[in-house]
Amino acid sequence: MRARASSLRLALRNPGVAAGGGILVLLVAMAVAAPLLTDHDPTELTPRLRLRAPGGEHLLGTDMAGRDVWSRVAYGARVSLFIGFAAAVLALSAGTIVGLVSGYVRALDGLLMRVMDGLMAIPGILLAIALVSLSGASLETVILAIFVPEIPRVARLVRSIVLSIREEPFVEAAIGLGTPVRSILWRHILPNTLPALIVQGTYIAASAILIEALLSFIGAGLSPTLPTWGNTIAEGRDVFQRAPWIILAPGAFLAATVLAINVMGDGLRDTLDPRLAKRVGGVTQ
Amino acid sequence: MGRFLALRLIATIPVMGVVAIVVFLLVRIDRGKAAAQLCGDNCPPERLAEIMTRLGMDRPIWEQFAVWLVQLLEGDFGRSIQSQIPVLRLIGDRIEPTLSLAATTLLFSVVVAVPMGIVAAWQHGKWPDRLIMIFSVIGFSVPVFVLGYILILVFPLNLGWFHVQGFQSIRDGVGGFLSRIALPTLALSVIYIALVARITRTSMLEALSQDYIRTAYAKGAATHAVLIGHALRNAAVPIVSVIGIGLVLLIGGVVVTETVFNIPGIGRLTVEAILGGDHPIIQGVLLVFSVIYVLINLVIDVLYTMLDPRIRY
Repeated sequence: MRARASSLRLALRNPGVAAGGGILVLLVAMAVAAPLLTDHDPTELTPRLRLRAPGGEHLLGTDMAGRDVWSRVAYGARVSLFIGFAAAVLALSAGTIVGLVSGYVRALDGLLMRVMDGLMAIPGILLAIALVSLSGASLETVILAIFVPEIPRVARLVRSIVLSIREEPFVEAAIGLGTPVRSILWRHILPNTLPALIVQGTYIAASAILIEALLSFIGAGLSPTLPTWGNTIAEGRDVFQRAPWIILAPGAFLAATVLAINVMGDGLRDTLDPRLAKRVGGVTQ
Repeated sequence: MGRFLALRLIATIPVMGVVAIVVFLLVRIDRGKAAAQLCGDNCPPERLAEIMTRLGMDRPIWEQFAVWLVQLLEGDFGRSIQSQIPVLRLIGDRIEPTLSLAATTLLFSVVVAVPMGIVAAWQHGKWPDRLIMIFSVIGFSVPVFVLGYILILVFPLNLGWFHVQGFQSIRDGVGGFLSRIALPTLALSVIYIALVARITRTSMLEALSQDYIRTAYAKGAATHAVLIGHALRNAAVPIVSVIGIGLVLLIGGVVVTETVFNIPGIGRLTVEAILGGDHPIIQGVLLVFSVIYVLINLVIDVLYTMLDPRIRY
């Protein structure tokens, strides 16, 4: 337990983790405190006040329907951050299960890995588009469409760690002592996959936030009535020349969020998982 | 080589099989919904069963899969719901702008990113390296559509450079082609440059730490000769592999970039299909791009053996 606490302190001393994590904490605070940070309802239509430039009453201006862009940005952070978190947790859980089974049960390894290879061959964004457009976009289907294409990478990562660890003397010793498979996986193997999984999770969260915005932008995302960054950007498309702030304001927050998570991920990778340092993180766009 | 190629081709069969099964499941769910819709509300089960029989959906699932697969192999990818035009023809009609954009992006990115990576590795730890790494992290994080709009705001709207939107075939004049494709290429390239520069740097750093580099310097070889002739040649395999993997990133970027810049390619086709609920088109695009991805990986594996004689299968 002490070892883990000290590696956490080590990670926090990394400038990337500190800066990225700090910005992320601010963004989470903004999302949670959204109602306190703005007087305007992000969905309130005031046609009289449409396309107001930033400044004064409307910090970041208003959109085509006279909705306050700052309110939409603040509330939109809730959706983006939630989807990033949920997609990362789900992809890590599902990928870990597949990876553990594949690495430990030889009979299933070939089949599972072929399925993962096949899934990897399908461009994730197109698969997400197909899933969402088939089942209709709700929070659940969007998250499902984002996390499923991420599973193979996690599964392969976990499998490779399992394969290298199961040859270690301490695992052999545990097997020799008659430890049941379940507790070998749970006590000996799973903790060793944790650093790599945390790092991978940050990249998945960053990419999930981007894909959610992208789906909304092309009209395959969450209902346009919801204030999300992607929806706000999509609605600004037709009036971009007259009112660029409708796209630039949520776009800047989107970029800053993804940047903060990526910087934090790189820092965590350098401190927690030096083996991974040479690899390039997961990128999707 | 022939044997390797044959083995490698056989290895793509299970991958293609999984792709086919996944897409078939999507198609099957889709058809089930369409049948229910055809039957309408308060549909009696007998009537629904009748419709299912007519559409061949009462047969065992593997039989339906086989029928569908044979149709695919014959080039029948289904028809658009709205226009009734075969999906494969729709894709063929719209593929030129997409391939053009992918080609210019690939070319531009590699020409910019590989030297960037070489410089970063050569100046490891100094400011050129730092700058390139900062660029690379930012490049991963800025969404391509936000970048696209910033480029439109800066160049055509403020400076009057390039065209704002649209596409013109290269056959109708190189000038018009370049003027329209320059900005989308730039927007789409950033993430790709970030990726390729980063990998080039990493694998160059590894190559530069080898003994033969010290030997090359010791025998008096010039810096550029060592960097290009010795280090880059040995660092080439991961670079080529990431260029191939990165093409998949481009596919997602293309859908968005075509929307921002109003380019009538596969991306726009997909977006139109989403808005019109035209699922056969989306499934067709999914299949075509998956096959392209598998083929690209095949080509890359063959390239490996040419780049690195040590790799034998």
